[in-house]
Amino acid sequence: MTARRYEQRGFPRHALDSGQSLLVIFAGLLVIASVAQTAVVGVRDMHAAVAFGALIAFGELLRLNLPGDREAAPIATAGALAYALLLRIGDNPARHSPQQVIAVAAIGMIIGALPHLAVGRPARLSAMSGRLLAVACVAWVFRPLANASMIGSQWWSELPVMLSLVILAWLVEAVIAALIRTDALRARFGVALLDELRVQLPVGAAVGASALLIAFAAEVMGLAAVAVFAAPLLVTQVALRRYTGIRATYLQTVRALARVTEIGGYVEPGHSARVSRLAVAIGRELGMPEPALLELEYAALMHDIGQLSLRDPIPGGATVLVVREEQRRIAEYGAEVIQQARVLDSVADIVRRQSDPCRPADRGQEPPLSSRIIRAANAFDDLVGSSVEPSRAAAAVQRLRLDTAAEYDPQVVEALSKLLGRHSLFGP
Amino acid sequence: MGKLSRIAWLYIGAVIAAAAIAIARGPFTGIQWDIVVALGLLLVACESSATLLNSRSLAWSANSIASLAAVILIGPVGAALVACFTLLGIRRGPSLPQRLFNTAMFALSAYLAGRAFLLFGGHVGIPEASSFPAIIAPFAGAAVVHVIVNFSLLRGVLWLTREPGTPAGRVGLDFKLLLTDLGYGAFGVLIAALWSVLGPFTPVLVLIPVFVARWAVAQFAAQQRAYEATVSALCQAVETKDFYTRGHSERVSRGSVLIAKEIGMRAERVEAIRYAGMLHDVGKLGVPTSVLQKNGSLTDDEYAAIQLHPMRGLDIVREIGFLDEALAGIMHHHERIDGRGYPMGLAGDEIPEFARVLAVADAFDAMTSNRSYRGARPVPEAVSELRKWAGTQFDPAFVDAFVTAIEREGWRGSEAAPPGSDHSVVTEFLVGGDGLAAANGVVTANSNGVANGNGVANGNGVAAANGSTAGDLGDPGPLRAIESLRRQ
Repeated sequence: MTARRYEQRGFPRHALDSGQSLLVIFAGLLVIASVAQTAVVGVRDMHAAVAFGALIAFGELLRLNLPGDREAAPIATAGALAYALLLRIGDNPARHSPQQVIAVAAIGMIIGALPHLAVGRPARLSAMSGRLLAVACVAWVFRPLANASMIGSQWWSELPVMLSLVILAWLVEAVIAALIRTDALRARFGVALLDELRVQLPVGAAVGASALLIAFAAEVMGLAAVAVFAAPLLVTQVALRRYTGIRATYLQTVRALARVTEIGGYVEPGHSARVSRLAVAIGRELGMPEPALLELEYAALMHDIGQLSLRDPIPGGATVLVVREEQRRIAEYGAEVIQQARVLDSVADIVRRQSDPCRPADRGQEPPLSSRIIRAANAFDDLVGSSVEPSRAAAAVQRLRLDTAAEYDPQVVEALSKLLGRHSLFGP
Repeated sequence: MGKLSRIAWLYIGAVIAAAAIAIARGPFTGIQWDIVVALGLLLVACESSATLLNSRSLAWSANSIASLAAVILIGPVGAALVACFTLLGIRRGPSLPQRLFNTAMFALSAYLAGRAFLLFGGHVGIPEASSFPAIIAPFAGAAVVHVIVNFSLLRGVLWLTREPGTPAGRVGLDFKLLLTDLGYGAFGVLIAALWSVLGPFTPVLVLIPVFVARWAVAQFAAQQRAYEATVSALCQAVETKDFYTRGHSERVSRGSVLIAKEIGMRAERVEAIRYAGMLHDVGKLGVPTSVLQKNGSLTDDEYAAIQLHPMRGLDIVREIGFLDEALAGIMHHHERIDGRGYPMGLAGDEIPEFARVLAVADAFDAMTSNRSYRGARPVPEAVSELRKWAGTQFDPAFVDAFVTAIEREGWRGSEAAPPGSDHSVVTEFLVGGDGLAAANGVVTANSNGVANGNGVANGNGVAAANGSTAGDLGDPGPLRAIESLRRQ
């Protein structure tokens, strides 16, 4: 298994499947229609359109990845929302149409994406479409009201409307993103939506506040507001980038260091990576939320770290073949190692309980779901290894099934079997 | 605070007196008290969410946003009054004198910034559309004055309360810190600009992105601590099988950081070398235990297996993205300046800088730690060994840097170092400047320099390392590369 393949685990970045293509096509048609309509009617207030378009392009250029491989472009979104919510520029009322908002936002986004393309980072069309649609919703609701002067002229009458629309935009983007993830990762929609809302909340709050600031400030400062009021968001973005950067490094590092057991000859090469990939897939299938999935991934990566305490490696590293007491000792030692980090206590607990059977005879409490998943995933990988033969996988599942009464959680084994039926996890 | 010198007390008193006089002189006419209260509350919110910068209880908060908004809206005296809300900040950290000093410092900074604003031609009051962009230049002047006054006063108190022996240049403030503070201060003009449209709701909107940023920074710091702890725990796991190398990675990491800082490496590179130090020996896991623990001399095959360990280490850490330079360090940390090291036999400047740094720290820790075949050597003796082999095995510049650093900061040898106790996370982003140096007599425990005792000095000295163990591979150096591999 190559590193590259491992990196791309879980998110087929470049392949759009049906749902995503539908979304992209819809957004594309919308853009074409809006641009055409704007071109026919003529652009109202060219200066504003250029200024906001530039901000959106700049924001798109600075897009970042949020935890969980989510693309976001906070400054671009804030700029586009502000343009949609614009009431006045200086003393002149803004009267641009919703189509113009969509056209400006789309052109800005495309221009901002070009440098990324130039250096070989392809645009994630579905994410861009999601952002554009959220802006489009706000524009459709607000522009007609604003252009008909149906919004008051004091902040206490304007603000509630604008605030609720900003929240609407946040929800629309989250729903679209959740749909994409449901489609791509076969996650459950409800779980995916909650994950999405949780991750997007801080960014969404900052984006929404900045959009309102820019829209209001244009009244006082004119178009200078566009540049000036993007500044707070720029600070936010710098901080977020560092945060997501260290998160990614953290995961990478645990992935890399989990391989010490392989280098030391304790387990088969690629074992930790395969078990963690399988475990996360099972966890997702069973509807685990993202923070739990991350813990599961860490635990799965490090589940064999306890083998370092063995003087001589188990032949082939297959813990499924050693006696229960030995398994328990390895798990216990692994948990101790992880506990030393003091920040991963729940991960340590998952690792500690991985050797417990699903229905323990001696200990009353059944192990946490994550431990049961790792137990099954580990056993499966020990039996199948890096083999890609479907018959071998089927046989392994069959063997786990026979043991489900006490050893393995039937629910987990069923999820595993469903996964294997759906797509080849270990394809070439 | 009882330990402060008289000059420090005088200084603090003078700052407080100056602030009091500035406010007392007035004038108070034309100050809109509702704005004072609204901005004051904003300032309390900022102050209450101050971020601790480092262990010296230097904290940063976004106070300058409120002060600088007040400069435009209500003038110098009003701004000073707003700054006085610093006293009400809900924070556990600072003692009363610290709070008083902070408050006075901010009041004075705000007052002088307000004066500067007027001097540069600014007009006090709620800005209208016509005020822009003319207001920008005076405001920028005010912001610069604010940050300069703030930093000068702070630098003064940090210098007067510094730990004995700290070089003047190292009081925990730097230029980046100044720029960050200036950046946050710029938000003041945003609040002032929107006051005519949004009224007191303005600070709320401006603060949301700022607080999200602060949240992200806090998350970043937490993640980084977690990261470091996890890496360190995993490295210890690799070491567990061998009593003699316990804590070795941790100490090599610390030693490398000492050198890196001493030669003035950038913060990011220091950070990278910290991890390189921690991870430099992971590859030893790939060497069969029987070879590592062998007592007699090694066969060619066994020696070859050991020579592979830097490459094995590289295999493991290669996938960690940020470690680019660290990778080279890990791979080449057993090279020697004279070209007789392994795995590539690089010489002189061909050896990556990180590797030359690691080599010094690695050998030093190996010498000052117990080994199965000899006891730990005292620090001075190890130092003279380093010096002896500088130029053949080690880069002399890094040996010098290391010796200077441990003479100043001391060396915690293998006995005294509880693993993972050293969480001095470098968080360059968390910069900015308020706060008062702790100065609570936190003299570092090991300021007694090189003389600190891991007094397991054994009689056989140099001969031990040179002796008839498997370490003797015919190399001339007593600190041969193999030294840090253990045997029983």
